[in-house]
Amino acid sequence: MKSPDAFRDPAAAAALARAIEDLADRPVTLMEVCGTHTVAIFKSGLRDLLPDRVSLVSGPGCPVCVTPVVDVDRAIATARIPGVLYATFGDMMRVPGSTSSLQEVRALGADVRVVYSALDALALARAHPEREVILFAAGFETTAPTVAATLLQAEQEGVRNFSLHTVHKVIPPALRALLDAPEVKLDGLICPGHVSALIGSEVYAFIPAEFGRPAVISGFEPIDILLSVRLILEQLAGAAPKVEIEYSRVVAPEGNRRAMGILNTVFEPSDAEWRGIGTIPGSGLALREPFAHRDALRRFEVEVQPESRNGACECGEILRGLKTPADCRLFAKACTPESPVGACMVSSEGSCAAYYTYARS
Amino acid sequence: MCIGIPAKIVSVDGYTAVAEVGGVSRTISVMLLDAVEPGQHVLLHAGYAISAIDEAEADEILGYLERIVDEVS
Repeated sequence: MKSPDAFRDPAAAAALARAIEDLADRPVTLMEVCGTHTVAIFKSGLRDLLPDRVSLVSGPGCPVCVTPVVDVDRAIATARIPGVLYATFGDMMRVPGSTSSLQEVRALGADVRVVYSALDALALARAHPEREVILFAAGFETTAPTVAATLLQAEQEGVRNFSLHTVHKVIPPALRALLDAPEVKLDGLICPGHVSALIGSEVYAFIPAEFGRPAVISGFEPIDILLSVRLILEQLAGAAPKVEIEYSRVVAPEGNRRAMGILNTVFEPSDAEWRGIGTIPGSGLALREPFAHRDALRRFEVEVQPESRNGACECGEILRGLKTPADCRLFAKACTPESPVGACMVSSEGSCAAYYTYARS
Repeated sequence: MCIGIPAKIVSVDGYTAVAEVGGVSRTISVMLLDAVEPGQHVLLHAGYAISAIDEAEADEILGYLERIVDEVS
């Protein structure tokens, strides 16, 4: 297989930066939607490599960051139910709810386990038939099909003590909401690479068609991202904007139809609340009626108090690209990776965590 | 999280496969892909292969990169 080094070549990166410099005849603001891109951009020092006229803002593509406090509170309440074994992907452990976190309730005796795959949660259910295993099903279209596939496997094997606390979200409606918002000013979108491996490129057609902006689906290596920036700038210099796939070695225009078919068998679109953005219609996934028995919130009565959170936390503005972490008064003072106030500082892909790790001088 | 890890398929048995990442073998699910063959390169996420990795496309984009680099130099 082609060495990834080819996509990390510093000389090629420098050449691309020069090409971008030549193309960028006016200030432009591009949004990298996906948290993994935010980190990749920082790690490779691309912000320093790009001319000042090209600014990159981070978007809401971090599933942990956009989980509202009330969902974290529900997770905590569910984890505390006797007999429940609450499985979660790692990043969710430290997200602060109104008064606690999953990590904290685990320390207090709740059985909360970190899993890397929904399959791990299913294995726990098989191994512990006397327990109720609930998976905190977070993530976008990269993860949701894996959860759907695992659920179908649970059905097929007759593993009954396995259910989902579903907080999955989908990307395209969130992009629409961002582009619709008058205060968000973007010239182009760097679209997520792995989400797009599942959903394809055609779903982004509304971005050039209705909003007149270029959209390029990018890989995660420095060369991928630089190529994507260049493709966007070329579009801006030319005539009609369109959707392009830079990450062609992984993303096909039609996406992964089989995986999306499995997702659509198990889940249907629902309205979902995004932290800092509010409710976006059709942006969430809910279990379809035939799988209602797999819905943890139906199996278990969970009551939570109205959410409360630190009003000074600027996660919301940051997730929409309106502010940078440095603009938040809590950043690097009251809010640090060791003692995070908001989700953007907790997630390894959150803007605030990325800025804290890479951008403080 | 969008983390996807490139891996090489070693063997396939129904919906399960053995894949190699950096010399380490692990069992993964290939339920989300249509046809998977030993020797194929795939992208892994959360225990599942979610996409094939297309060598020909990788070559093409690298060729495109080369042309840009030549232009600029």
